[in-house]
Amino acid sequence: MSWLGAEEWQAVALSLKVAFWAMTLSLPLAIFVAYALARWQFAGKQIVNGLVHLPLILPPVVTGYLLLLTFGVTGPVGRGLDLIGISFAFRWTGAALAAAIMGFPLMVRAIRLSIEAVDTRLEDAAATLGANRLMVFATVTLPLALPGILTGAILGFAKAMGEFGATITFVSNIPGQTQTLPSAIYAFLQVPGGESAAARLVVISIVIAMTALVLSEVLARRVANRMEGT
Amino acid sequence: MTPAALSVHLQKEMAGFALDIGFDAPSGLTVLFGASGSGKTSVIDAVAGLNRAASGRVALGDTVLMDSATGLHVPTHLRRLGYIFQDARLFPHMTVRRNLNFARTVSRAPADPTEFDRVVDMLGLSHLLARRPARLSGGEKQRVAIGRALLARPKLILADEPLAALDDARKAEILPYFERLRDESDVPILYVTHSAPEVARLATTVVALDAGRVIRQGSAAEVLGDPSFAPGGDRAMGAVIEARVKTHHDDGLTELDAGGLPLLLPHVAQSPGNRLRLRIAAQDVILSKTRPEGMSALNILPGTIADIRMGDGPGAVVSLDTAAGRVLARLTKRSVHSLELRQGSEVFAVVKSVAVAPGDVGGPAR
Repeated sequence: MSWLGAEEWQAVALSLKVAFWAMTLSLPLAIFVAYALARWQFAGKQIVNGLVHLPLILPPVVTGYLLLLTFGVTGPVGRGLDLIGISFAFRWTGAALAAAIMGFPLMVRAIRLSIEAVDTRLEDAAATLGANRLMVFATVTLPLALPGILTGAILGFAKAMGEFGATITFVSNIPGQTQTLPSAIYAFLQVPGGESAAARLVVISIVIAMTALVLSEVLARRVANRMEGT
Repeated sequence: MTPAALSVHLQKEMAGFALDIGFDAPSGLTVLFGASGSGKTSVIDAVAGLNRAASGRVALGDTVLMDSATGLHVPTHLRRLGYIFQDARLFPHMTVRRNLNFARTVSRAPADPTEFDRVVDMLGLSHLLARRPARLSGGEKQRVAIGRALLARPKLILADEPLAALDDARKAEILPYFERLRDESDVPILYVTHSAPEVARLATTVVALDAGRVIRQGSAAEVLGDPSFAPGGDRAMGAVIEARVKTHHDDGLTELDAGGLPLLLPHVAQSPGNRLRLRIAAQDVILSKTRPEGMSALNILPGTIADIRMGDGPGAVVSLDTAAGRVLARLTKRSVHSLELRQGSEVFAVVKSVAVAPGDVGGPAR
């Protein structure tokens, strides 16, 4: 990709890495939380629901600042994690954490809807055939909710690719470390003559977003066909 | 005393009435019979463990499945059930083969190809194995659901109105499989229905429910032959008799022998010598004081009136003991008076041969 400068290429690669890990690591937790919200009655359900949705409502800068206070080098959690060799502050892992938290409500919403749409009577039928709760989840609920889980994963990935406010507040904008696509575009627009580099990154952003959308459509259709097909 | 094959005693508060039922059924097929809203589904779901709202005790032979007195509640997945639902409830994301193998997959039991092939052959599923449920007809779905339940190696088969969603042709297709289950396996079957013809064909034991109470319990002939019991109204009333296939005539009629009395029916697909059950709807029976002559109806059963029950309206139901068994006839009060019918009168019951619907002819009775 000779038309991309080293710094631009770095930003693209970093963004893909950040978004991939943000989505992959938060997906199991998102499925668990979505299942709990969809199927369980428990005390404090509304509080959990509110906490999950908070990043969607708060200004991203606020979320980023709260992350900095909590996970930063002087933050309570950050200091603890630093002792076991995990550090978020001003590193790409911090960008991934910010992206995961910002994308989490979108993932949970999509997955929760699809789990709620799974017919509990099918789950009952599975239980009568000898499946315990975990097996019912693995063999019936999860496969039937798969289209929504795919949608949630793609949404989470796309949100992670585009996350800006919380990321730049939490881990700043260090080329090669924490400079994701949106941060790079922002940085290029701050310097004279940076418009063409910014434009190239904008095109790449659009291509990646479209690819993710098409991919999720194709996968969702394949899953749907499998259920209706021969 | 050997325990009943299935013992069910349940109480539950329902909308509008309190469910309070108890019955002990012998092996074979026990029908829970009653109108919708009588509490049938609550009972079967409590037996399955799907609904924990009911209190009481459910036992399968020596095995107690629930006992609210001791707080025992065996989870559904450990009850060894084969539950056949009205709406089949096949898993839409699995092929027919994977649906059939579901119980084995989740129990991690090794495959048993002999058993699999036997069930697939019995239900005629071999050409459907690679399909998904969305590409099956209603009757095919219900056959797969039966196979899936059987391949779970159940200790108890539950069926909740398994034919209610099917048209008459599909019902006629599925009914014989339940007869085979009843006759060929030792697994007790609890079968919920509101259809008198299904009771007549299938029931070893009938437990009739109304508004959450057991109002009758007995064999199909006892319960359906009782003129004071008409859960579907007098029009749905009909007695059950047993008969043996004698010969097939060239004109398409089949001659049956019912306790020594000949009965002619449109062709019955059973070999001579086979025993079967017939349901004779009360409104298809005409009574005559003298042996009728010059009539088009072919079947005449002489008998003695055992009971006459006057209805609230203009109708009456006459119970007649014949050599073939108890037959019910529905006629008007005016006819009862003008014929001077009373208990002990000798009369002739006239049954049009076509009045015995093919769907009401059962397979070999136990």
